[in-house]
Parts: sequence; C-alpha cells; structure tokens
Amino acid sequence: MKIYVPLDSAAKALGADNVADALATAAKEAGKDVEIIRTGTRGMLWLEPLVEVETDAGRTGFGPCLPSDAAAIIEGAANHPKALGLVDDLPWMKRQTRLTFQRVGVIDPLDLADYEAHGGLTGLRNAIAMSPADVVQHVTDSGLRGRGGAGFPTGIKWKTVHDAEAPQKYIVCNADEGDSGTFADRMIMEGDPFTLIEGMIIAGLAVGATKGYIYLRSEYPDAINIINQAIAVAEKAGVLGDDVLGSGRAFHLENRVGAGAYVCGEETSLLNSLEGKRGVVRAKPPLPALEGFLGRPTVVNNVISLATVPVIMEKGAQYYADFGLGRSKGTIPLQIAGNVKFGGLFETAFGLPLGEIVNDLAGGTRSGAPVKAVQVGGPLGAYFAPHQFDTPFGYEEFDGAGGLIGHAGLTIFDDSADMLGMARFAMEFCAVESCGKCTPCRIGAVRGVETIDRIAAGDADAIPLLTDLCDTMKDGSLCALGGFTPYPVMSALTLFPDDFAAQKKAAE
Amino acid sequence: MKDFIIPTSMDDITNDRDMGTPASKSLEMVTLTIDGFEVTVPAGTSVMRASNEAGIEVPKLCATDSLEAFGSCRLCVVEIEGRRGTPASCTTPVAEGMVVNTHTDKIKKIRKGVMELYISDHPLDCLTCAANGDCELQDMAGAVGLRDVRYEGTENHFEVRQNGEVNPKYIPKDDSNPYFAYDPAKCIVCSRCVRACEETQGTFALTIEGSGFNSRVSFGAKSDDALHSDCVSCGACVAACPTATLTEKSVIELGTPERSVITTCAYCGVGCSFKAELNGDEVVRMTPWKHGKANRGHSCVKGRFAYGYASHSDRILSPMIRDSIDQPWREVSYEEAIDFTSKKLRDIQAKHGQKSIGGITSSRCTNEETYLVQKMIRAVFGNNNTDTCARVCHSPTGYGLKTTFGTSAGTQDFDSVEDTDVVIVIGANPTDGHPVFASRLRKRLRQGAELIVIDPRRIDLLETPHMGKGHHLPLRPGTNVAILSAISHVIVTEGLHDEAFIRERCDWDEFSEYAAFISDERHSPEAMQLLTGVDAQALREAARAFARGGNGAIYYGLGVTEHSQGSTTVMAIANLAMMTGNIGRRGVGVNPLRGQNNVQGACDMGSFPHELPGYRHVSDDATRDIFEDLWGVTLDAEPGLRIPNMLDAAVDGTFKGIYIQGEDILQSDPDTHHVAAGLAAMDCVIVQDLFLNETANYAHVFLPGSTFLEKDGTFTNAERRINRVREVMKPKNGYADWQVTMLLANAMGANWTYTHPSQIMDEIAATTPGFANVTYEMLEERGSVQWPCNDNAPDGTPIMHIDGFVRGKGQFIITEYIATDERTGPRFPLLLTTGRILSQYNVGAQTRRTDNVVWHDEDLLEIHPQDAENRGIKDGDFVKLASRQGETSLRATITDRVSPGVVYTTFHHPDTQANVITTDFSDWATNCPEYKVTAVQVSQSNGPTDWQKDYNEQAAQSRRILPAAE
Repeated sequence: MKIYVPLDSAAKALGADNVADALATAAKEAGKDVEIIRTGTRGMLWLEPLVEVETDAGRTGFGPCLPSDAAAIIEGAANHPKALGLVDDLPWMKRQTRLTFQRVGVIDPLDLADYEAHGGLTGLRNAIAMSPADVVQHVTDSGLRGRGGAGFPTGIKWKTVHDAEAPQKYIVCNADEGDSGTFADRMIMEGDPFTLIEGMIIAGLAVGATKGYIYLRSEYPDAINIINQAIAVAEKAGVLGDDVLGSGRAFHLENRVGAGAYVCGEETSLLNSLEGKRGVVRAKPPLPALEGFLGRPTVVNNVISLATVPVIMEKGAQYYADFGLGRSKGTIPLQIAGNVKFGGLFETAFGLPLGEIVNDLAGGTRSGAPVKAVQVGGPLGAYFAPHQFDTPFGYEEFDGAGGLIGHAGLTIFDDSADMLGMARFAMEFCAVESCGKCTPCRIGAVRGVETIDRIAAGDADAIPLLTDLCDTMKDGSLCALGGFTPYPVMSALTLFPDDFAAQKKAAE
Repeated sequence: MKDFIIPTSMDDITNDRDMGTPASKSLEMVTLTIDGFEVTVPAGTSVMRASNEAGIEVPKLCATDSLEAFGSCRLCVVEIEGRRGTPASCTTPVAEGMVVNTHTDKIKKIRKGVMELYISDHPLDCLTCAANGDCELQDMAGAVGLRDVRYEGTENHFEVRQNGEVNPKYIPKDDSNPYFAYDPAKCIVCSRCVRACEETQGTFALTIEGSGFNSRVSFGAKSDDALHSDCVSCGACVAACPTATLTEKSVIELGTPERSVITTCAYCGVGCSFKAELNGDEVVRMTPWKHGKANRGHSCVKGRFAYGYASHSDRILSPMIRDSIDQPWREVSYEEAIDFTSKKLRDIQAKHGQKSIGGITSSRCTNEETYLVQKMIRAVFGNNNTDTCARVCHSPTGYGLKTTFGTSAGTQDFDSVEDTDVVIVIGANPTDGHPVFASRLRKRLRQGAELIVIDPRRIDLLETPHMGKGHHLPLRPGTNVAILSAISHVIVTEGLHDEAFIRERCDWDEFSEYAAFISDERHSPEAMQLLTGVDAQALREAARAFARGGNGAIYYGLGVTEHSQGSTTVMAIANLAMMTGNIGRRGVGVNPLRGQNNVQGACDMGSFPHELPGYRHVSDDATRDIFEDLWGVTLDAEPGLRIPNMLDAAVDGTFKGIYIQGEDILQSDPDTHHVAAGLAAMDCVIVQDLFLNETANYAHVFLPGSTFLEKDGTFTNAERRINRVREVMKPKNGYADWQVTMLLANAMGANWTYTHPSQIMDEIAATTPGFANVTYEMLEERGSVQWPCNDNAPDGTPIMHIDGFVRGKGQFIITEYIATDERTGPRFPLLLTTGRILSQYNVGAQTRRTDNVVWHDEDLLEIHPQDAENRGIKDGDFVKLASRQGETSLRATITDRVSPGVVYTTFHHPDTQANVITTDFSDWATNCPEYKVTAVQVSQSNGPTDWQKDYNEQAAQSRRILPAAE
C-alpha cells in the first residue's frame, strides 16, 4: 500500500508531518505494509493536509486530514467523511493545464528515477541533441515570457547572452520569491526541484554558461533543504557536473541563500547580493545579459520561467505556444490567496477572465461577504474592482486595464477592506523594503505614508500631492519597487475614492 | 539651429565644467540629436555627457565626471524617441541616430517632483550654510524651478529635536577629522563620497549604512568616526560632495573662496596639479585640478590639506646672521645679511682657495631656482662644488638608466599604468610615499592587473581591496640584486624572454653574454633562497607571471637606490624590462617613483658636481662653451665635490663655506655625527629655508625661504612632466628664493637681471637640448609638458624609447650580487630598514607643522612579535635602537608586517634621529647612502639616549633669536 502525504511547507503548516507520523503508527498497529511517500502539494490548500492512497483506479484523496483520521485511512474506508474520491477527477485538478507543475504533488521530489518516469530529463536530452542556437530559438518560439513579473521574452534574453562573447557566462535563478500572496516558486522547488535544475542546465547549454546559481530566500528553509539535496542527487547521477548526461558539456550549480531583503528579488540587486555586495539596484544599461554576475553575461530568470523550459523542450515549442491568449502564450500558475474560499495554486492557460478566477475557481470570499477588490501581482500590483472582472488574464490585457499580472499572485478582499489603509500599506511596504538608492523611492515612500495619513486626517489638499508623488515615483524610480508602488496606491484611490474622502474620517 | 557641434576635448584645460560622466576613449564616433541639435561624440559616451558637449546641461546630483555613472538621483532623466519610460541620461549610452529630448513637460514634472522630495529632507538654512553659493542642491532647486515644498516632512534627518523629543534619525556632525567635517543632516545620499572613496581613492572607507530612508553615509562600523576609520583623508569624498555634508573646515571657517590659481603641489614626486582657492591672500582650500595630467583630479592628505605650514608661526620671515653658532641669531635686513654673507664667502675663498666653498641645490625648489644656484656656484663661486639631495635618493637611477637606456629618467607617464597587466613594485611603498599614483595603480589592480611586491615589509598595496592576484617576495634587506638576478634567471632559463625585442632593440651578442652569466646555477631561485630568504617556488611563479602576463611595468623607489648596490639594482631592473620587451609603449616601462617634488628637475638642472644642465659632463668642451659664452666666465672642467666629500673636506679643514638651499642635511643625510662634525668645522654655513631646521643649528646665516605658494616657476615630476608653479600670494618673507639667490650672486659680483622666472626658463631652453622648446607660454596653453620637448618632440615625450633607445641599443649589464659590508653579527643581529608614512613627508619640517600629526606624532619601530618576545619588548615600549654608528630611542610597535630579523622605522621626526644609526656605506657608483640596511640591536630602554638629550640641548641653544632692536 502506497500513501502519499505532502511535505510542502504549506501542508506542513497545516499539520502534514503529524498526519504522516500518525499514518505510520496506524499502519504499524494495523500490521499493514504501508509505504508513505512524501510529495509536493497539489495546490488545493483548503484540503491540506491532503492524503492520497494509491488504488487500482488511481490516487484517491482524503482531506483536510487530522492525525485522528489516520487509522480510518489505513483501513481503506472509501466512504470516510473526508474521502474525496480520485484526486485527478476533482474539478480543481481537472480544470487545470498542468505543464510546469505536472509532477508537483505526484512524485517524491528527490526521486530522480520517478522524475524520469514522469517525463523528466527528456527535455534536457532533446536539448543536448540540438545546437545551442536551436535551443534558444525553440524557447523563443514557445513564446515563454519572464514569469517573475516583467514578462520579457525568455528566448530573446537567452539570445543576448548566447551572442555575447565572454570567457565565462552564468545562469542565475531568481528564487527570492518575496511578494506576499505568491508561492509558486516555493511549491515547485519543494515539489519538483529537478525540473528547475533541468531548466537551468538547458539554459546553460543554450547560452554557453557552465555555472549556475540559485538565489533562494532565507525564509524558505524547506525549499533550501530540498534544493540542496536535489543538487547533490543530480551531481551524483551525472546530471550536473563536468559531463552533463554524458554530453561532454559541463554545468555546475550552486544554491545561495539570501538575507531577507525584498529588493534582492530585483535582478540587479540580486546580482549585487550574490556577489557579496550590498543589495542595491544597479542602473540598466548595462543589461545583466551583457554585464551581469561578476560583470559577465548572465541569464537571470525566475524559477517558473526556468522550470517551464523542460516541458517546452519535451513537448515542443508549438505545443506550449498553442496554449494562451495573444502574446501571453502557454500556461500561468495562478496563486490565489487572501479572503477566499478555495485558495491555492492553479495552473492554466492564459486568458481566463479575472471574475471567473475569483468567483468560480476561488469560490468568492471565505467570509461570504461581497468581493471588494483583488490585488493582482503581489504587493506592488494594482487593485481590480468587480467591474473589471471581465479582464482576461494576460500581460497586455492587464496592462491595458492599468494593472499588471506580476508573478500571478491574486489576493482577494471583501467589502470590509479599508482601501486607504491598503494604499498606506503599499507605501509603508515600499519604505521598509526600499534599498535607498534612488530618491523617488527612498524619500517618496516615506512621504507617501505621511501624505496618506494627512488624507486620513481629513486634509483634502493632500490628495493631489499623493497623485503627484505617485507620478514622480512611477516615472522617476530606478526599479520596479518604487516604480510599481503607485499601482496599488493609485488604483485604490481611483477605484475607491470614498475610502479617501475627507468627510469619512472627519465625520467619525 | 546649429547642425554640428564639435565636442570639447577632454583635455581642454580651459573647460572646468562638470561633464557629468567620464569621457569615453572609444575611437568610433556616434551622431545623435539632442533637443534638435546634432552632436557627434565617441561611442560609449553617456547621453548626459553628449548633452553637455552640445552645451545643454542636464540637471544632475549623483553624477560627476570623475565617477562612473550611478543613476540614483533621477534628476537627469530624459525622453528618448522610440524608447519606453524616462531613462537616466547619465547611465544611458548614446546610439547612432538617437533622438533625445531633455526638457519635455513630463521630464520637467519628474525633476520638480524629485527636487521637492530632496528638499523635504533638507534643512533650509542656506544663508548660514558653509556651501552657500557652492551647493549643487541649491543650484538644482533653482534649475528645476522648485518654489514650494508641500510635504510636511515629519520624518527627517535634520531636526535635532521634534516636539521636544530627540529625533532618532538625526546624527550629529562628525568633526573628528582635522580637515573636514561630516554633517549627516545635510546629506542627500547621492553616494558620490562613497564612490569617490572606492573608485578614485581605492580605500573603501566609506559605505552606505542602512537601507531605504535610513540609508546613511558611514565611515565603516557604527563606532567609527572619520578619524578612526580606514579613511586616509585624501579629500576625494569632500571634493565629490555636492552639498555641505562633507566640507573643508577651512571653508566652514573662512567662507567660500572668491579666486583661484592653478599650481603644483610641492610634496612628493607625483606632482599633482591643484587649484589654490583664496580669499584675498588667504588660502581657503586646495582642490585637485581635474586637468592635472599627473593626478587626474585626485589628491592625498598632504597636498590637499597640509599646506598650513606656509603660515605657521615657526616660519622665519627675516634674514638672520651670527658670527658663531654658539651665539643667538640676530635679525637683520636682507641688505645686511647678503653683505655679511658675500664678504664671508669671498674672504674664505681668499684664504682657503676658490674651491673652499660650495652649495647644495634643493629638490624642493623650482627648476629655475635650482638652475640659478648651480649657476651661481659654477659661474660666481667659480667651482663645481654643487650637489643636491638627489645624491641621497635617486642618484643611482640617473646613473643606472643612463647607462642602460641612455636617459636619466623614468620611461613612462602615469597614465601608462591604465594599460599595465602585471606590475612589479620593488623598494617602494606607493600608498604612503606616492599616494595619488597608488590610487591609480590600485584602480588597475581592481581591474585585474597582477601585482608583484618585492619588499621586506608587507606593504599596504598588497592589501588592496578587490584586487586580483598578488605576490609578495619578502626579501632580506640588501639582497635586491640577488632577487632580480633570480627572476632573470628563471626568465632566461625557462625561455620566457622576448627574443624578437632583444634582437631588434638591443645587442644580441651582449644579451647572450648576459644570458650565459645569469643562467649560471648560482643565480637560481633555489640557490639564492639562502641569501634572500625568499621561497624559490614563489619567486619562480612571480617571474613567470611577469614574463607572461602581458604589459609588464616596474615601479621602484628608494628601497632600490639607497643601497651599496643601488646602481646595480637599477641596471638589473633595466635588464629585466629589456629582456621581457617591456619598454617603449604604454603599460610597460621602468618607473622610478621620485621622492621629492622636483628631484627630477634638480637633476636635470645640473645640480651634480660632474654634470652641467641636461646631464652633460663638465669635461665636455662643447657643453662648457655654450655656458661660458652665455655666462661670460670660464668654467672648471673638473668635477667638484659631492656632499659627503664636502663634509669630509670640511673635517679636513679645506672646505669652509656652504650655501644650502631648502635641504636639511643634518636630519636627512646618513651618519648624523659626521654631518654635524663637517658643518661645525665650517666658517660660513648659509641655510635658506622656511624654518630653523636642524642644519640651521650649525648655520651662520639664515635666509628665509618662500613657499611654493609664493613664487612662479616649474617643478618636474617623476614622469618628466614640467608643471607650472604659480605665485598664489606674495612671499611673506619678501622675496622668492630665486630672488634671494640673485641678491647673493650679484653681491658677489654677478650682474644678473632676471625679473621673472620665465627668463630663467628661456635660458634653460637655450642651453639644454631636452628643454629647447619649453616656454612659459607653452605651459600656459597646455598645462604641462614632458621632456624631451624640442624640435624632435614638439609635444613633449610621454613615453620614451618608442622607436629605439636614446643611447641607440639598449645595454645589458652584468649585475653580480655583492653583499653589503654592513653585516649582522652577534652584537647587531637585526637589520633596520626605513621608509615613510602617508601623513608625514620626509624630515617632516612641513607636515609636522600641520594637523597631520594627529595621524603620526612620533616615529615607531616596527618589530616582529618573535624578535620582540626574545627581547621582552611589549607594544608601545620605549626601546633603544643601536648600530655600530650610534644609538637612539623610540617606541616599538609589534607587527608581522616585517619578517623576523627585520625592523623598520620612519624618519619624520627629528627627535628620533634615525640617521644617528645609519652607516656611511654608500652606492659604489654614486655615493648614494645605504639608508635601507643597517645592522642593529634593539633593547629595552627608559627614555631618550644621551645623544638625543645633548642634541636637543644644543638645538635649543642654537635656535635662540635676539629680539629685534627697537
């Protein structure tokens, strides 16, 4: 009997380890030979800890489990109140297009054989058989864009590095997933680390880089642990090293842990931090693709971008490009959070209208009160009001609506949310996380908090000042931290003017 | 509309504008349009600089053309057609056909918005601010039309108290550095100071602490203030600061300067150009001049700040005389002093012969002054008894390089270091002795150049932050030739020499002979290891690195020359450069780091007893004819006496009078007892100096000197660069030094009629081939020129020996190692070597009279922990330092910078009297004293030695001055 219990830190936070222990004890007591396999998460966080039992028909789920459910599960009670039936048949699973996350929640993240059995390393083998330029072309043709938020075409970035001449090039994976309400990077690193490693190796072979670094935030101890183990496994198996899968080509990978600065998720700050310097933003140009880590040509890609490369190389560029909408090709792992009934990770092709995600997939608010706003793209993303719910999920479409998709995190608020308070939080977040290099962000964010406090205190003159400040920060800031903070602030001010109305506070 | 703008050249010395970003050196040109004007600039130029070239100043705060673009202030944003957003013009390079708009409505709004933020965290005390009128923040607020700050600015860094509570963000002013103040309340966090410390100076003393709004400039750890940090007080941060945050204390006290004069620093041989800024005749500050080709806008603590000696109360401003040295001084008029002196000298000559007097020229004075002193000695005294302090420093350089290459000077300009790939530094400590050059070298080391240091001490250069590979060969003092032979042995026996270069530029047969000599097993690193103490494998690696590393340059200092084999070492260095083909282009060469500001010039000007100006021997009839015709006298064809010979002759009673301009031989020359005895035996010692120096204790006439701020002239630096010295203020003592020399010469019968030093330079040009085309008009126009400057090289000569050696073929000299006679033994088991420290200069006469003493107020003896423990010496103990010559005492500092068996000290303080210890051994060819090796013993001590006590007593007696008769 095989039982699958997630080791994902979200599941662990909900007691998955205790459940796994209870299952082992129960199996022993029942005298049953049970193999407990720890996996990543399926992404249905309201069902965690989600225990899956292998049956002839497939894996049937129980959740959310408590340790007290263990005995019943071992006994195989299909009519247990927490029995969910076949996991693959759950609507959340059936409606997804799982490409990047195809193995997450399915396999033991450190079992390289299982990884291969589920299609792993095929993309790498295909890439080894191709010329580097062809691999770059393939990634370009797939339409893959930077999933970190900027949406820059990955293939174009790779081509710049491929075409640059230098004695050494680097692949750097940005795993400094600092946006609140986002967790796709973590889930894939904890649930299927080899796909990230494989993606980085393919990138290395494509652009001529023999050394890669993962810059992983210190707040993800489980991911750090799993990535470190996965690298060791891959090295031992000859996937990483001087002779990648016998190709005669080298790729070495190192995991580096960040030190807690949000701004180090910005690629140039990340490079500074990786070099051991202060994590401050560098001006661009020079582009990191030409002068990146230690001044050498460097691919800096987000975890999801890199982890998506293997499936593209496995199934073909066209296969991937056929999903999606307009210039937003392929799939996107939505991370649904906040005041929501069904939160978690949902990988789907681009193009789903925002309202369908919020009301249908996520089932509306957990509180049951009407949805007031959705913040898309992390703490620097714009708020969307229900009247904008027909906006299809795509880079250009959200840009056109005055927002951004960012790393595809969605945080849902009900009508009790104080949008002035949310605007203030955005400025405060920027003030706390600013690296301090450029003036609009360094001073502007602090002034933003003060100005919003004036509005709250009934000073109507401060509203045009806040608008001017947001213009200065948006157009004047050096990087996206200061440049995007105006998105939540201005969208809150524009969409919910009543929350900023002077009389509101004055009347109280 | 102008349709084509010719860019202002980066070397246009009349353009002092800040162009925002450094000039691009690209040869490819790019044409773009800025606000409708077409401009063509080198590829790689920033949009900001291109705009400046077109005459359009883009507002900026964090950019300055001495630093790489940073892109933080966001004032310089522009719009570029076809590009998204508003890129910073400082960080955006130009592109062909680019169309830039610097002044759209959107841009204007951003700039005003940014300035409003800046001012919301800045005190509005402009009227009482030290930077009032000299503040870029103030300028920019005006430029963008900021009229209102709408923010309340509750959180700020400038209010000491808020609502009666302490403002936790306020940081008090740091006044710890004697020369500049750091006032965090005025800081706009542009990072110019931090970047200047990194990029320009290379010390990395400054950083930004904290993040976001809490980002503050910091001198390292929280407990560090400016004085106790790694800061070396070079002033680069102060120069870079756009506000009053880092300000010279002199400006705070005296106000912003109203006029300025470009001149040349009078400290070391780097020869930095400065802008002396004044109010009336009071110097407010000295700022490094951006067009100075030696320093490229950089400075060190001495040139930048330590000029206060010029107005120090110790300065003697009136002539003084006395009949004997046990009398007090009597202040007299110039007339009386000159009359007294001329009569005395003529009397001596009448009694003891024409050759019984002589003089010493100064490496601190101008070329023109030095020329006049040697002219007076040769033409008026009527003998060749002229010598100069180069005798005790770089005379072996002159001899060695003339023998091998044909010219007594370094081969490169300082800019050359920008193309160096591997550098040997031997017997020099550039971060202390030649700090501005060291900063330029460190910049190259940070770019990856490899460093090989041959020195008994682990010098600071080896600890350059972020440098590439470094090798240290810590040799035993006195084994330079052995080390260089071993390096050459490796290169020749491993076939790493540049045969093509040697065949073309040198004599192959001569090289073959040399190769046979050097290939002998006795020169192998393994064999030499016993003598030098340097690990053979480390030496082999260094030798290979130098031979294979690309452009190889050798820089050396007095640790090479001040040895009994000083000249041999210089020639061994020349051999090494020739055999590796490292001569005649940028990035290579043999580069003596000259000690004094004008030691090159003093040598050029004919200060040596055997050479007339231009290194022509006095026995050469044709040369003598030139001067005899011009001067109307007959010149002696026999070389005169060198300094040590003059002193010997004085002791013997045949040399009775000496004119010493600007040198303190009692303190600076070896074997102080002997110098004192020589001086005491003379009837007329004339000292011309700023202060009553140690030599003046034995003088009968004191003629007050003028400082470099008080006269016109030229200095020639270590790269043969003739730099103008300009009269910034009138001489406080009434006359420039050249005028005083002229008074004496005329009193002794000459009929000189110079009214300006330019006339002296004209005479130098007329008589000296290397200076043939040098005129003051040319120096006005170009700023400086490197000799030779004549019809063959009308623009001067930045790099020598390009197409061939001056002497024809480069000459390989057999350099046999011969150990010095100064040996350690049971009584004197340690080897003493000497050097300098950054904040003090030579005998310290100037720097000791400035606030530089806060960094170094006494000389210390560096001793290895092992040697210290064997002697029971603890850090800070008073110790006795004894040699076969004498003994002195000073405090010990325990450090592993020196190897066991080696001790080290500086010689900046007369109390220490390090030269009581040094021997009278000297270079076999030039008599350059062997300062760098003395066998000594160190033992515990209770305080000053008897000699120190006696000396101080004599000095106090001798310095008495009678009150002026009223």
